[in-house]
Amino acid sequence: MQLALLIDLNVCVGCHACVTSCKEWNTSGAAGPMADFNPYGKDPTGTFFNRVQTFEIGAFPKVETVHFPKSCLHCEEPPCVPVCPTGASYKREEDGIVLVDYDKCIGCKYCSWACPYGARELDEKQKVMKKCTLCVDRLYDQNLPEAERLPSCVMACPTSARLYGDIHDPDSEVSVQIRENGGYQLMPEWGTKPSNHYLPRRKTRIHLHQDELERVDNPLKKEGLQPQPPSDQKTLDETTSW
Amino acid sequence: MHPAFSVIFLTTLIGVGQGLFLALFTGQVYALANLLPAQDSQSFYAIGSVVAIVFLIAGLIASVFHLGHPERAWRAATQWRTSWLSREVLALPITMGLIFAYGLTHYMGWTEPFFIIAKGTLPVDASLIIGTLATIATFALFICTAMIYAGIKFIQEWHTPLTVFNYILLGGASGFTLAAAFSAYVGADLVGFYGMWAVILTITGLISRAAVLWRNKHLQHKSNLQTAIGVRHNNIQQKAQGAMGGSFNTREFFHGSPQAVVKMARYGFLSLVFIVPVVLLGASYSMESSYLPLLAFVVQYVGLMMERWHFFTEAKHPQNLYYQSIA
Repeated sequence: MQLALLIDLNVCVGCHACVTSCKEWNTSGAAGPMADFNPYGKDPTGTFFNRVQTFEIGAFPKVETVHFPKSCLHCEEPPCVPVCPTGASYKREEDGIVLVDYDKCIGCKYCSWACPYGARELDEKQKVMKKCTLCVDRLYDQNLPEAERLPSCVMACPTSARLYGDIHDPDSEVSVQIRENGGYQLMPEWGTKPSNHYLPRRKTRIHLHQDELERVDNPLKKEGLQPQPPSDQKTLDETTSW
Repeated sequence: MHPAFSVIFLTTLIGVGQGLFLALFTGQVYALANLLPAQDSQSFYAIGSVVAIVFLIAGLIASVFHLGHPERAWRAATQWRTSWLSREVLALPITMGLIFAYGLTHYMGWTEPFFIIAKGTLPVDASLIIGTLATIATFALFICTAMIYAGIKFIQEWHTPLTVFNYILLGGASGFTLAAAFSAYVGADLVGFYGMWAVILTITGLISRAAVLWRNKHLQHKSNLQTAIGVRHNNIQQKAQGAMGGSFNTREFFHGSPQAVVKMARYGFLSLVFIVPVVLLGASYSMESSYLPLLAFVVQYVGLMMERWHFFTEAKHPQNLYYQSIA
């Protein structure tokens, strides 16, 4: 099993609900708060597991805004895990979630150097490395209703741009979506095999061919025999339509 | 990458310590082969080992400032199967211990040969055996330290065997320069020998370091904004990065210094690590000065700190693609 998120860039509106929902759930958990500094002052900064970035593609007038949610991708070959000197970073065998044991982390930051995506952030107060847990403390919580055993970002997304499931199960919703709608991975060049996938922007277009507008086998056009009613009489259309 | 002073001090200080030990042991081996006059065990090899250990301890202390939780640092010895950082954490105390044992055998005068090989010309004593082991440990430590950087494949500026050569050559050069200064200070007749090797290592280091500068100048990065967000368009501009006041990602992976400062550091280290020490060592050889080698070492060490600072600013982490502009 490899749990993962599938983020549909075609649907994301960049509202940051996933960001705030993530922070709200994870800062209130047993692992301790995700520290903020100057939250209401100049240059506010703090620890986040999930951020929404915005990119502008192209130049006016052929321009398009892409909102790009970014969190740990829970790679199948996570480069951050083997470099950890203490074993604090690990990938769970049972569901493939990459986690940090905050009680073992020495805060050397080496794993953050070894992540090409910048998914890990050092908590400047607790001095340990933090990252998206895929809300592992929700997924298996028997006290939650089954419908809520989801990452809190997925729960929060108002447009359902975030899908969650097992990408190793070929029939799961995420696998089908990835397969059928062109799901892709970030920076595939490094062989990290990110589990989280993204669905691209898709345009819905109607393709109209000329023969759909005009019948080529119109019997009235056969052999150039066009009906040419006298100009002072009503045409066929004017006769039959009212 | 953001240059952390703890790491700059760590890598340069232990480099000096390792290089100094290699110099001491090289001197002993040359003396065994009757190529050099033998030195006094206590005043030269033992005191020299102490100096090397002082540098290694200073580096160890500097490294502590890099950690968020130094009280848990013992855990860092556990993952040596996969992590070069963990291997370094093991190699450093092993090297220190062996150099200490090497100095101790000289200090206690445990230099009676156990046996003699090579037709009676090579007496093998405790210091030779421990020194050989310490040499292996020293090189292992060099490799571990360098592989921490060279092993990260997507920091392409570091991901080259030249990184390993540079750590060995520059650490060795500074150590041999210090050995020349130490010999001059204690009045040993080895200033010329160590000075010559220091010059050879410095010039080899210059070739290797210049190769890295050239390589990085012409490096093609594998990742770009297109692969980072998966949109195939030549004109992508970032409009927001998810935070207005910066984040760990903007603090840790950007050096934040103007290009002019980086350029100054480059010319600074090229002259202070390579040119000035070679000139000073050459001058000390002809003038038989006792303090010029020390001056050469101090200059080279300051230059090495600039070199390590520049080493970090050179590295362009691919995560920076996601943090091109704030708003």
